[in-house]
Amino acid sequence: MTSRDAILDRIRAALAAAPEPEPVVRDYRVAHVPVDDHAAVVDLLAGNLADYRAHVHRCTEPELPGLLARLLADHGSRSVAVPPGLPASWLAQADGVERVPDDAEAPLTAQRLDGVDSVVTGCRLAIAETGTLVLDAGPGQGRRVLTLVPDHHVCVVDTARQVVASLPQALPRLDPTRPLTWISGPSATSDIELDRVEGVHGPRTLDVVLLA
Amino acid sequence: MSSAYLGMPAFPQAAKAATQDARLRANLRRATHTIRDKRARAVGELDDWAALREAGRRIKDQTLRHLDVYLLQLEERVTSAGGTVHWAADAAEANRIVAELVRATGESEVVKVKSMATQEIGLNEALAEAGVTAYETDLAELIVQLGDDLPSHILVPAIHRNRGEIRDIFVERMARWGRPAPEGLTDRPADLAEAARLHLREKFLRAKVAVSGANFMIAETGTLVVVESEGNGRMCLTLPQTLISVVGIEKVLPTWQDLEVFLQFLPRSSTAERMNPYTTMWTGLGPGGAADGDGPRAFHLVLLDNGRTDTLADEIGRQVLRCIRCSACLNVCPVYERAGGHAYGSPYPGPIGAVLTPQLRGTGSEVDASLPFASSLCGACYEVCPVAIDIPEVLVHLREQVAAQPGHAAERAAMRAATWLFEHPAALAAAERTASATRALHPRTLPLGPAGAWTQARDLPRLPAEPFRTWWKRHRAEPPAAPQSTGTSQPPTTPQPPTTPESTP
Ligand code: SF4
Repeated sequence: MTSRDAILDRIRAALAAAPEPEPVVRDYRVAHVPVDDHAAVVDLLAGNLADYRAHVHRCTEPELPGLLARLLADHGSRSVAVPPGLPASWLAQADGVERVPDDAEAPLTAQRLDGVDSVVTGCRLAIAETGTLVLDAGPGQGRRVLTLVPDHHVCVVDTARQVVASLPQALPRLDPTRPLTWISGPSATSDIELDRVEGVHGPRTLDVVLLA
Repeated sequence: MSSAYLGMPAFPQAAKAATQDARLRANLRRATHTIRDKRARAVGELDDWAALREAGRRIKDQTLRHLDVYLLQLEERVTSAGGTVHWAADAAEANRIVAELVRATGESEVVKVKSMATQEIGLNEALAEAGVTAYETDLAELIVQLGDDLPSHILVPAIHRNRGEIRDIFVERMARWGRPAPEGLTDRPADLAEAARLHLREKFLRAKVAVSGANFMIAETGTLVVVESEGNGRMCLTLPQTLISVVGIEKVLPTWQDLEVFLQFLPRSSTAERMNPYTTMWTGLGPGGAADGDGPRAFHLVLLDNGRTDTLADEIGRQVLRCIRCSACLNVCPVYERAGGHAYGSPYPGPIGAVLTPQLRGTGSEVDASLPFASSLCGACYEVCPVAIDIPEVLVHLREQVAAQPGHAAERAAMRAATWLFEHPAALAAAERTASATRALHPRTLPLGPAGAWTQARDLPRLPAEPFRTWWKRHRAEPPAAPQSTGTSQPPTTPQPPTTPESTP
């Protein structure tokens, strides 16, 4: 008998006399804030992101290239990884910063990315109540390694279309077959005497741009 | 279980050593109280906590009741998404499977992201025997591994080390494992984290094989979920070519939607955060298969039994399989706070360890037999448990099983654990205060159950039947029988079949 069959047999034997448990009732909240007040939901997102030490910026579409250029300059970045599908206009004003594009024909290695200062991406959606960005490796986001190895991540959120209030609102909009990365603030650890330290292995600086 | 834990002294001896260590006690106290207070605030933000908790409990109960169905569904989904599923009946088989998978890649190193399941099976030791070096990449696990130490807390395994000790460990040991600590390393947490970043980055960039656990597996979609803070999990799950995940069979959830419950209460219960910094979810090899260049090209899921089906067979004990390893119960436990994590003799410390370990391993050894007694049944653990595991109820149940065992080893272990409690009146007093404050919330859990197996002929106390203090006063005058040689030569007065689950190696 294979272990697979043995384990399944043992499970069935263990449960032979077990009663059917109570049915699942989902009477918890769909959201903890009024979902129709979109401006308040976006404010909540901004507040929660900042609370976990992401740097939050707001701008309009025309202001975006200037803001991104400034954020890269402020970080002292000389190179920026560019995922496939990132709108070309976004980085149009980042003068003097080397573009390091990732594409299917010539994927960047982790070693190469280790020498890249920043990465700019969009996201799939953002969850206000938890201050979370979700990336699904779609256009403008790219492979997971892009937002992992460089030490500085700038993530642009389209607030009109990409912000939801809560987890129950977020999950139906995500495709579980895609690789998903949920990011709530920069990498952190409290392993040394419970002092929170930003940045162990992921990007130590997370800039979030809330695009109006 | 891990050979590192073999020969551990029974709870009371180990606890005694821990309580004599003032620094360990101070660290633990500060840590548990800090997390405890933060957790209360994080939970307080959700006014539907009770509804979430009830939904979580029921989802888990439904899952466990139809575990075979959900595991088969999971297997089908993972396989059709390009993954390979393996089934391991016990620790030895799981270790063999992982060692063979690593050997097949031709590699002699793996990077690891913290996983209770792989600690439970002693994977690192087994890989070492197979000539494979496993590098722990969680900061705390790194501290523990470099310090040649054992973890003491589920969430903060190096809670027993202070910054000065960590600096010394890094300076002395990092070079032996790879990139040495930077010159002039200070004991500032940020500098220590930077040293770990540099030391481990070298390993991440060259690693070809990673080993992980998982917090959740979704049957409906075949998705695995790893929740973490530092980014070492993302490194391990994304960079290597081969990913091997070892996961207990009880970690499955039926539907994608179920995550909306568990991801709301896991971070709040464990790190007291609205959400942990990073969560990775992946389904087999993803939509592009091995060719998309995103993540590993081979994915293996090892489903681990190792005593879980025995636990599932126990009507009262099976609720322990609902556990999501959040560690909230550790941080409120007055006994854990004073005894420390190592006293529990397994990777699972605190209240959850006291009910899980004896079920996974059986109560054949003295440390495991003593675990159900390492509690004052105050019920604080039940109150904070996000999946409402009635830990005191299970403790009482396991005490009955230990009492029903033939031989004196179990009795001795139980007596010593109880004695340790009496010697630490603060642990007991705190416990009793909590209990009286919360009594109405868990009427079934208080030590009122008829300890049927505790027959009159025994010297063992009917511990569950009355508060310890009362019992102690009454029994002071009649200490337990002098220890005899262990074994079954002492027949119990009333012959009873052993009711403990089979011990697993
Ligand atoms: S028993 Fe409950 S509180 Fe303790 S670790 Fe498990 S889920 Fe968390």
